Parts: sequence; structure tokens; C-alpha cells
Amino acid sequence: MPASPAVEIVGLVKRYDGRAVVDGLDLVADRGAVTAVLGPNGAGKTTTVECCEGLRSPDAGQVRVLGLDPTADARTLRPRVGVMLQDGGLPTGVRALEMLHHVAAMYARPRDVGELADRLGLDGFARTTVRRLSGGQRQRLALAAAVVGRPELVFLDEPSAGMDPQARRAVWDLVRELRDDGVAVVLTTHLMDEAESLADRVVVVDHGTVIAHGAVADLLTSHDDRTLRFSATPGLDVADLAAALTAPGGGGEPGGPAGAAPAGPAAVVAGAPEPAVREVAPGDYVLTGPVDPDVLAALTAWCAARGVLPHRITVGRRTLEDVFLDLTGRDLR
Amino acid sequence: MSAATQARPGDGVAAPAWRRVLTQTAFETRAILRNGEQLLITLVLPVLLLLVLTRTTVIELDTGGGTRVDLVAPGVLALAVMSTAFTSQAIATSFDRRNGVLRLLATTPLGRGGLLAGKVLGVLVVEVVQVVVLGAVALGLGWDPAVAGIGPAALAVLLGTAAFTSLALLLAGTLRAEAVLALANLVLVLLAVAGGIVAPADQLPGPLSVVAGALPSGALGEAVRSALRDGVLATGPVLVLAAWTAALSGLAARLFRWS
Repeated sequence: MPASPAVEIVGLVKRYDGRAVVDGLDLVADRGAVTAVLGPNGAGKTTTVECCEGLRSPDAGQVRVLGLDPTADARTLRPRVGVMLQDGGLPTGVRALEMLHHVAAMYARPRDVGELADRLGLDGFARTTVRRLSGGQRQRLALAAAVVGRPELVFLDEPSAGMDPQARRAVWDLVRELRDDGVAVVLTTHLMDEAESLADRVVVVDHGTVIAHGAVADLLTSHDDRTLRFSATPGLDVADLAAALTAPGGGGEPGGPAGAAPAGPAAVVAGAPEPAVREVAPGDYVLTGPVDPDVLAALTAWCAARGVLPHRITVGRRTLEDVFLDLTGRDLR
Repeated sequence: MSAATQARPGDGVAAPAWRRVLTQTAFETRAILRNGEQLLITLVLPVLLLLVLTRTTVIELDTGGGTRVDLVAPGVLALAVMSTAFTSQAIATSFDRRNGVLRLLATTPLGRGGLLAGKVLGVLVVEVVQVVVLGAVALGLGWDPAVAGIGPAALAVLLGTAAFTSLALLLAGTLRAEAVLALANLVLVLLAVAGGIVAPADQLPGPLSVVAGALPSGALGEAVRSALRDGVLATGPVLVLAAWTAALSGLAARLFRWS
């Protein structure tokens, strides 16, 4: 019985008006793990999740949820799968806690509503109508509704959008606790820090297909690279800078030490091995690749020769954002 | 803190179907009765209309020898049914659809079927409240309904509810919420004035008298009046209502979109 993964998607295709929003997507989410589906807006995250929830039918490909078909076995799956929609889906005229009690009444053995309200800080607005709640308050209520029935699997679409830091922490704690109880959590997000701190596995989606997937740690270390960020006057010649950084031997010959493109153990990432410099926003530069003292010296020398004062220079480990940048060549947000 | 986590995966079990539907029915009923605008069109306006049409002669009606209240009360009851089954339901469902409520509840054990059942039963419960309130006011005004017509009247109300709920879902499931809000109120006013529901179709001017009789509003008004004034089942209007129900529910089933 527990042999099948929580979610198994093979070659999913979904078209709207002939345009493929999801285009040959594969995804596996394990039980007792948090799987983050990460990608920019319009990447196909929500559509993918809605196909798993039985709200949309795929145009091609196979979707299995807890080993079952989301459409044909919907009746069996509904009590076992919790759903938090991106737009909340809460009726606006009822009071917050009344809504939660209502959803709880659909289950034979729901969680204790009072305890859940306490956990997610719903008591402060228990008697407020949904219409008057802030975005973050609605999100917490929707999350409570998704888990009140003790599901084996929960889909959370952008769970912490619009939340203040404390609320987000409460949400993250609850998600971790669900995971520790053996619940499979599939969440979509475009927030890097959320995916990085919450997910066991990350699936990076863009243009309806998976462009990278793996454990977060593997994705981040699949290139033994660091990131250097700095600010300066906008419009620097980044190609010339990159060439200058490579030339003086600041971090090995172009092409990398031993073999080309090293593939991580569980991670599949196609990246650029040599130093690359990008102006991610006017005046904000990101250098990815091998960063060592020589590279830093070369950078400041290059700037000094042009009378440019770089500031806010930071050297750090790669973030998921850097990975995404490498993969797509553009900023996620 | 230790008791905070009793959640075990695999404990997700649905409540029995009857409890899910009853819960949803109560939820839908409260939503209608608590909403100011909904209450206005489902109860306040029908009561006012009943009082004005019975106690004043602002609008001339041919009572055919009977009392004004005996003519007016059945028509106002029919109007009340239309306001709940059509206008109120169309507006509520269209906003539920826009806000994603239909999608969210469809993913709970309630499902789409349970949601629909809850909505229809909610309409019927509100109609019972309307019949009690309007009936009491009408009796206070001297209404003398034909007891033999209660069965036929109930049948007419059920058929009318089916037809108008189908129309409500057809609009709510295909148009934008703002458009439904405007259209549902406009249609209610037009049918109330010229649809043969309060004033009998044959008393309307010119070609309206013919058209109104074939409308679901005219048929419902006529069927309820025949039942509660004369104690008979009006076959013609009942057939008209059945035809509208078949057509509108078929269209709604084919065209309704959940998101």
C-alpha cells in the first residue's frame, strides 16, 4: 500500500486555447516529504497542481495521486487529500472560524478546530467575516481548512503569499510538523527562501516543463561554486568583465578542472561552469562561478581601471535563485 | 502542546453523505438569510408588495369577484420563490464561482454533487421561511386560501424552483459575477412587472398577455393562483414549467463552468 509515491506525474500536458501551459512535465513527490514546485508566475505550477486535485483533466500524460486517478477516483481521494487554493476559495460572507468548522464537518474525524486555530493564530479574527480579513489571514484560514480533515497529502498553492514574517513562521512550522507525521506536502512557490528552508526536494518548473529537480542541498552544491554580488553604476560591460576575471588565472582555466559539466548525484542541473556576470537589475551585478581571492582582486582592479567604485560586495554560497538564474538566464521574481 | 498533534496520515475519512449535504444546506441557508441584500429581495420586498397591493389600489387588478388578497397572495408567493431560486441563487453562486469557493468545496469530501444538493436544499429551506412569513402576513390581511390547492401549489413551487434554479446556475456558471448581479436583479424586476407572476398574464396589456403566459414566471404565477384560489392543478402552466425546467437544466448541465 505505501509503495506508491504520493504524487507521480509522467508527461503531463495541459493546453488552454491550444497553447500548452504544461508541456511534458514529470514529477514525483514522496510521502513524508515536502516537495516544492518552484518557478516564476505562469510557469504552469498551479495548472499542474490542479490536475492532481481533480480540478482539471490532463490533455496528455499520466497523473497518479496516492496511486489513484484524480478524476476517476475523486470520491476516494477527496477525504485523503487536503487542498489550499491560490485564490483561497473561501466564501466571503461567513466568519473565519465558522468556515473552518464547516469544512471540518465534512470529515468523520477532523482535527480539533480550536487547536488548529490556536496553532495558526486564527483566534484574533475568529469572528471576523472572511470579506474583512487581510490576505495573510485568509491564507492561514485556507491552510487550516486544507489540513483539518487529517489528509495524507496536502497541496498548498503559494501558501505564504501575503503573510507577515510571524505568520509565515507559523505556517512553516505546521508544514514541517505535517511532514514529520508522515504527510506528503506538495507546495508551489516563487519564493526562494521558502523552498530553500522548507522543502526536502525542489522541482524547478519553467515554461511548463521541469528544468531541474533534486534535493535542495544537491541543487545548491552541484557546482562547487560561490556567488559574488556587487552594486555599481548601471551599464558596465559585463562580457569584458567576465573575460578579465577568467584571463589572469583567477580560478582555473575555462572549462573547469577535470571533466566538463559535473552532474550532482541526485540533482540534474545544466549550468555554465565558467564565471558569468549578469546585471540582474540596473546597477546590481551577480557573478557566478568559481570565486576566490584572485577573482575578487581582478574584479576590483577592473573596476579601478574604469574609475568605478563597486559597493555592497558580498560573497556567498549559491542560492536557489542563483541556480534558477543559471538555468533560465533570468531573474525569478 | 503534546496533544496538539493527533493528526495521523490516513485518518482522513469523509463524514456520511447525508451529514455533508445537511451541513452544506445549513451553510447555504444561513448565507442567504444573513446577507442584507438577499434578505431584502427574498423577504422584505415580497412582504411590502403584499401589503401595498392588498391595502391600496395603486395598481388596478381585476379580482374577478374575489378579494384582492386572494388574488395577490399567491402571486407574491410565486414572486418570492423566483427571487430565492433565481436572483438570490444566481448572485450567490456567481460570486462563489469567482472567489473559487466552488473549486475549493469540490476538493473536500462534499464534492460537486454534494455542493449542488446543498444549494438546492438551501433554496427550499429559504422558501419554507418565505411561505411561513408571507402566509402569516397574508392570513392577517384576510387571505382565505383553498386548502385543496396546497398539494398542487407545492408541486408548482417545486417545478418553479427547478426551472429558476436551473436558470440561475446557467447564468452563474457562464457569465462574470458583476454581469450576473446586474442581470439577475434586472430580470427579477422585469418579470415581476411584466412577467405575469404577480399580476395575471391575461391582465397585462397587448401582446405581453400572450408572451407572459409562456414564460416560467407567468406559468408559475398562474399555477400557484389556480391552486390556492380555486384548489385545482392548472395543467397548462405546469407543462410550461416542466418544459422550461428540462430546457434550462439541460443547458446548465452542458454549459456550467466551475471556475
